[in-house]
Amino acid sequence: MTIGVCTDTGCRACESAAVYDAFKREIARERLRRVDVKATGCHGFCEKGALVVIHPRKILYTQVKPLDVPEIVAKTIKKGEIVERLLYLDPATGKRVELEEEVPYYRRQMRLILGDNSRIDPADIRDYIALDGYEALRRVLESRKPRAVIDTIKKSGLRGRGGGGFPAGIKWETARNAKGRKRFVICNADEGDPGAFMDRSICEGNPHSVVEGIVIGAYAVGAHEGFIYVRNEYPLAVEALTTALAQARECGLLGGDILGSGFAFDISISRGGGAFVCGESTALMASLEGKPGEPRAKYIHTVEKGLWEQPTVLNNVETWANVPKIVLGGPAWYTKIGTGDVSASPWGGSKGTKIFSLVGKVNNTGLVEVPMGTTLREIIFDIGGGVPKGKKFKAVQTGGPSGGCLPESLLDLPVDFDALTGAGSMMGSGGMIVMDEDTCMVDVAKYFIDFLKDESCGKCLPCREGLRALLEILNRIVEGTGKRGDIALLEEISEGIAATSLCALGGSAPNPVLTTIRYFRDEYEAHINRKKCPAGVCKPLLRFRVVPERCTGCRACFKVCPASCIAGKAKEIHVIDETKCIRCGACFDACRFEAIER
Amino acid sequence: MSDTGPVRAMRDVLSPGRAGAPASASEGVSGEGAVLRILERHGRMASQIIAILQDLQALRQYLPEADLRLVSRELEVPLTRLYAIATFYKAFRLVPRGRHEISLCTGTACHVRGAMRVKDAIERGIKIAAGGTTADMRFSFETVRCLGCCGQAPVMMVDGELVSRLDHLTVGKALEKYK
Repeated sequence: MTIGVCTDTGCRACESAAVYDAFKREIARERLRRVDVKATGCHGFCEKGALVVIHPRKILYTQVKPLDVPEIVAKTIKKGEIVERLLYLDPATGKRVELEEEVPYYRRQMRLILGDNSRIDPADIRDYIALDGYEALRRVLESRKPRAVIDTIKKSGLRGRGGGGFPAGIKWETARNAKGRKRFVICNADEGDPGAFMDRSICEGNPHSVVEGIVIGAYAVGAHEGFIYVRNEYPLAVEALTTALAQARECGLLGGDILGSGFAFDISISRGGGAFVCGESTALMASLEGKPGEPRAKYIHTVEKGLWEQPTVLNNVETWANVPKIVLGGPAWYTKIGTGDVSASPWGGSKGTKIFSLVGKVNNTGLVEVPMGTTLREIIFDIGGGVPKGKKFKAVQTGGPSGGCLPESLLDLPVDFDALTGAGSMMGSGGMIVMDEDTCMVDVAKYFIDFLKDESCGKCLPCREGLRALLEILNRIVEGTGKRGDIALLEEISEGIAATSLCALGGSAPNPVLTTIRYFRDEYEAHINRKKCPAGVCKPLLRFRVVPERCTGCRACFKVCPASCIAGKAKEIHVIDETKCIRCGACFDACRFEAIER
Repeated sequence: MSDTGPVRAMRDVLSPGRAGAPASASEGVSGEGAVLRILERHGRMASQIIAILQDLQALRQYLPEADLRLVSRELEVPLTRLYAIATFYKAFRLVPRGRHEISLCTGTACHVRGAMRVKDAIERGIKIAAGGTTADMRFSFETVRCLGCCGQAPVMMVDGELVSRLDHLTVGKALEKYK
């Protein structure tokens, strides 16, 4: 019997480390020798952390606290009984669900990449090997046909999960055919998109799947040196990858003579410095060379002249983690999953699964892995359980800061690389942020442009100055001094930035502005013409006022007001002094009688 | 709403004795060995400069001028280049930090779940703007873009520990235990 306790970053915020320790202690105290306690990576259902799965039956306990542990051990581990109150309660049926795979959140997913996370101790290579780990690499080395590997990846239609969706097989082939003294492979683990954390979860939960993918890729293109460029803000991921590399080296899966095949390859870890632009290939490579991460013009692509001017293959974590699965399962199996037809060209469709981080105003936040082509509605409502507190869905933002916001009318859009691009957004790395009626779309556009303005490296003018100009206009709109003609001006500047920027950061940066104007023009107009923020977010446009008919004089607002600007005795109607009000909204949230208007 | 102020002049940033900074002379002397060990660990390679600065910052909590001068001298890398790197990447800091470091996540998921109001509440509570350090060196407060913990949004990290599901009404209380 194995107890898998998620100790990934998300569950750690819910005391999961203490839960793990409690299991260890309890199992030792009871002298249960056949029970294994594993500290595993992310299971995905972050909303309900800390998560505990008991194998082999796969009983799922949610929101487990350290104090629950003795009961779980006494009942479930020793007697095989279920602890009802810790089971997931399905809000749709009102029933408790016993097994992980029966929980609606998991049932509708296809967890090709994330599925092993709840069974693997990321710090133990034997766990990965027990699940056919490194078998794909062994087969590839045994066949001694690097070009056949490239062919397999091409036929599978695997496209880059980092955002661009470039076919991995074509990238590998170009690098293999390019001239150079050396070749390099790089794994981009610099997950810069705010709102996305699937790469972190793969690195922390199943690091060997990434390492195996990279080694296979290196063999295919003929590289002997590889790098993992990982965010320094992810200390657990750095640790998991470092351990994984050391163990792989010890087992002869990295180094001078991998599995006795004569193939030499090793990987080193490089920690990023916290710059969003380093997700761009040329910027990332500049950073690896020890320079500020500024992109260059890509007249010559990095697959031909990349790191230190040599042919370089750069794929992201999720892409690399797909590689061993494809080698083992074969392209015929892989192409059954997803959309389109890739028999003529990998550009013909989107194959395999994609992991989304479903966050924001949604009931079941967490990581969701579904086949390409699943609709937004299925992801947000069937898996995500819809919007909390009975609020109305407004938009979903996909593709990270330079993606776009899609409205309710597009919920039936099948999610793949080409459909999202067609709607003015993009796949990006798979962030999916749900917004409800309380989210202001102008504020969201401003948020992203502010982010991108900070992260623009400043090398080329359209991106550096254009984003500043956009921000200035957006700022005046949310402050109530927007002018007629501002919307057209935003559109005009956006087109200029997109058409003339040096790299993809600038090229896609106006997307949040353009999509919010395209789908939520009325909100812009309300801010500009009526000086109102319909969602009640933009502070300068808010006026907090007590509705006398509803006020009970309970003093709840009085107590929380940090500016002490609410007057009124108990059981008397309160009054807000607007001249002193700092519009923090504390009173609005504290009032239980909806007696405060904004 | 920007997190950073105007670009500081080089002499400001690297001058010793800045607001609460320990005198650089004593640091440089007492800790030179530790810095040299970092250089050795990275094979004294100029291409490893980002990793070297990261380790240096882990050692000192910021990048003191004396140490940067030492690194520059030892690796024969111009000080201006170190400055370029230290100011390009968000992770590096050229001024010392308070005893407790608050990093409030303002990633997208946290933003839509009210991180900006939490930010206002923290600023009111400790009476400094994001990016600053309190005069008594108790807190440094900064906003960061995504801690990758979006399921528990909004979140902050205090001294490396995650505090999740924040609320502008209660965040002030949560900070009281850090003395």
